Amino acid sequence: MGAEVGVGAEPSIETARRQLRQMGEWAQPVTLAADQVLPVTAGLVPLFPDGGLRRGTVVSTGAGIGAVSLALATVAEASVAGSWLAVVGGRGLGLAAADELGVALDRLVVIERPEPAQWGAVVAALVDAFELVLVAPGHRVKVSVARRLAARARERGAVLVHVGRWAWPEAPDLRLDSVEVTWQGLGDGHGTLRARRVVVTGVARRDAVARRRVELWLPDADGHVRLVDHRVDHRVDHRVDQDSALAEVHPLRPAV
Amino acid sequence: MLPDGAPSASGNDHRALAVLCPDWPVVACRRPVDDAVIVVHANRVIAASLAARAHGVHEGLRRREAQGRCPDVTVVERDLGAEARQFEVVVAALDGISPRVEITRPGSCVLATRGPSRYFRGDDALADRVLDAMGTVLGGRGRYRVGIADGPFTATIAARHAADRGSVVVPTAETAAFLAPMPVGVLDRPELADLLVRLGLSTLGAIAALPVADLVGRFGAEGAVVHRLASGRDERPLDAGDPPAELEVVAELDPPVERVDQAAFVAKSLADELERRLLDIGAACTRVLISAETETGEELARLWRHEGALGPHAVAERVRWQLDGWLNGAPATRPSGGLVRLALRPDEITPGRGRQLGFWGGHTAAAEHASRAVARVQGLLGPDGVSVPERRGGRDPIEQLALVPVDAGTLVEGRQPVDTARAAAPWPGRVPSPSPAVVHHQRRSAEVVDDQRRAVTVSGRGEISAPPRWLAISGPESGRGPWAEVTAWAGPWPVDERWWDPERHRRRARFQLVTAGGQAHLVALEGQQWWVEATYD
Repeated sequence: MGAEVGVGAEPSIETARRQLRQMGEWAQPVTLAADQVLPVTAGLVPLFPDGGLRRGTVVSTGAGIGAVSLALATVAEASVAGSWLAVVGGRGLGLAAADELGVALDRLVVIERPEPAQWGAVVAALVDAFELVLVAPGHRVKVSVARRLAARARERGAVLVHVGRWAWPEAPDLRLDSVEVTWQGLGDGHGTLRARRVVVTGVARRDAVARRRVELWLPDADGHVRLVDHRVDHRVDHRVDQDSALAEVHPLRPAV
Repeated sequence: MLPDGAPSASGNDHRALAVLCPDWPVVACRRPVDDAVIVVHANRVIAASLAARAHGVHEGLRRREAQGRCPDVTVVERDLGAEARQFEVVVAALDGISPRVEITRPGSCVLATRGPSRYFRGDDALADRVLDAMGTVLGGRGRYRVGIADGPFTATIAARHAADRGSVVVPTAETAAFLAPMPVGVLDRPELADLLVRLGLSTLGAIAALPVADLVGRFGAEGAVVHRLASGRDERPLDAGDPPAELEVVAELDPPVERVDQAAFVAKSLADELERRLLDIGAACTRVLISAETETGEELARLWRHEGALGPHAVAERVRWQLDGWLNGAPATRPSGGLVRLALRPDEITPGRGRQLGFWGGHTAAAEHASRAVARVQGLLGPDGVSVPERRGGRDPIEQLALVPVDAGTLVEGRQPVDTARAAAPWPGRVPSPSPAVVHHQRRSAEVVDDQRRAVTVSGRGEISAPPRWLAISGPESGRGPWAEVTAWAGPWPVDERWWDPERHRRRARFQLVTAGGQAHLVALEGQQWWVEATYD
């Protein structure tokens, strides 16, 4: 490996330049792509233009049905990989669901419900130190606060994930929306919720693709988040239906 | 010239008097003395009243275990602020005896005896004097013990060995003999103590007998400190110096600050500034003088000591305690105006050793950063503002994992968020996974009707009146929300919990409902009322 040094012949100015350039590349501090992008679970990768959560960006999963699960699934992989996650406004967060979706609970910190007046300061303090900050504001976020937080996240290399009915006042770097949700496993008086199919669209700023779209299991019957594979998933459907069929002998069925 | 009767021991510059109030957290919660009370923090007992101890409750027990041993115990969450506030009364009383009372933590303080001992003619007389003062101010509310010996460390141990409302005075000549039989556990360094015991050094005497060079060779700087402590010499590190005056940080408050939380906020930035200055000269602060002044010229100055080093969070917390205590203290000493000046002066500094951050496991840089940010947020919101999950097990989605307030320091240590026994136990009838992503801690009332628009009910035998067809959830404010069609449902799953306990007995019938559009809810019928317990958002 390395640049070939002309042996015997005088190296031309071009070769010398090339060598110099190459040496420069070797010497400069390396920024690995992996340092700039935090991993996301395989099922979500097609939604992310960079193949993962780009540090310093704001991602919003909106307020659609399943938005909270989508937000948790978004941060889960990075959390497992070693990033710390802070959830602001996590009073009603289903911790069991976070656990099942793969969030590392020993690196999870929850600020249950800060006062709106302190909200900005709290999130700013967290963005300074946590790689992942999941915010579910319980009030309208001012544009100035949002801008300051986004700038801070950019500077510190943190990822700010927003979810909830109070919209992020600026266009996020990536917006994910669950547009179609269907549950499986629950019938008319029998079964239990087993798996959820969600169609998610992603719109990123400065992306060559206008709108990305995937169909996800969030989660599938085994609790995994993955892409719906139409070649095999009819089998899964079948299995779920079988389970529901079993549940039909439930003794507490309504007497109709 | 020493007055007659003053023991020669008081010639020692470092003689100290320690006041210990065992179970101060219990005293601070102001319950009747005979009540069985435990104070818990992060689900563990940290202090128990005598009545509770009589039932075998001790520190470190889980809340539930303690309740098992002593069923009628009153459980109180720890309130450090209240502890400090109440302790201010004690410190104010001791202020009349010595002007330099240093507080190690609420419930424990130390004062130098050189002056007072001479004034009151001897250590024993001083001890009696302090006991009198404590008796007056506490008036039988709590226990207290006094110890006088060489150095704060030995004095504290002496106090621990005193009887309740009594004192132990250890003359200088007997210090070594007094310390020798003490177990290494009293050093308050659990990891080191564990190692020392395994090396066969189980008492302070055994450590003191070793050449100091050997201890330093094996344990580094900590070895030297331990040797000094074990041989009864002053624990003040050799390299502790008088800090330069320019380290003092002062904030002039204009307009005057009226509220403690505002002052604490100022204190936080002052403490950050102090730490920056200390870092510049490579030092850490082990004792800090916090002085506050009001617009009417009153001043309250207190010395706070910390065994390790006082970080900005710890300093800010102590300012808050001190001011809280002052503002809520005896009417005679309460300040009459707003604060105009707040100053922090490091009173004792040591070379800062910093902390080396590991690459993996244990103390990682990320954990360190996280715990600092958590401390900062706690400075904004108070200590209960930040929580971490703890696995507990249970049938409810809310019960399986609970949020407990976090101590910023423990984040770095690598927490185990598991209450293993409960979490691993089988919970028949728990809601099967997937779990709901949003749980409503304040359940939201709802209406569920059949296709005839009649409310759906469940009979005592678990039969429903008709299949649910429509669901309306009341909004967070009030009023019924829009009707949504139920597209799939299952239930009822009867939940009959704690039937043995008439007060906490709950009987519910649970359903899972999916409404048009794909929103799924976990709802329950309790009494005649429908509730949405959780949402699969």
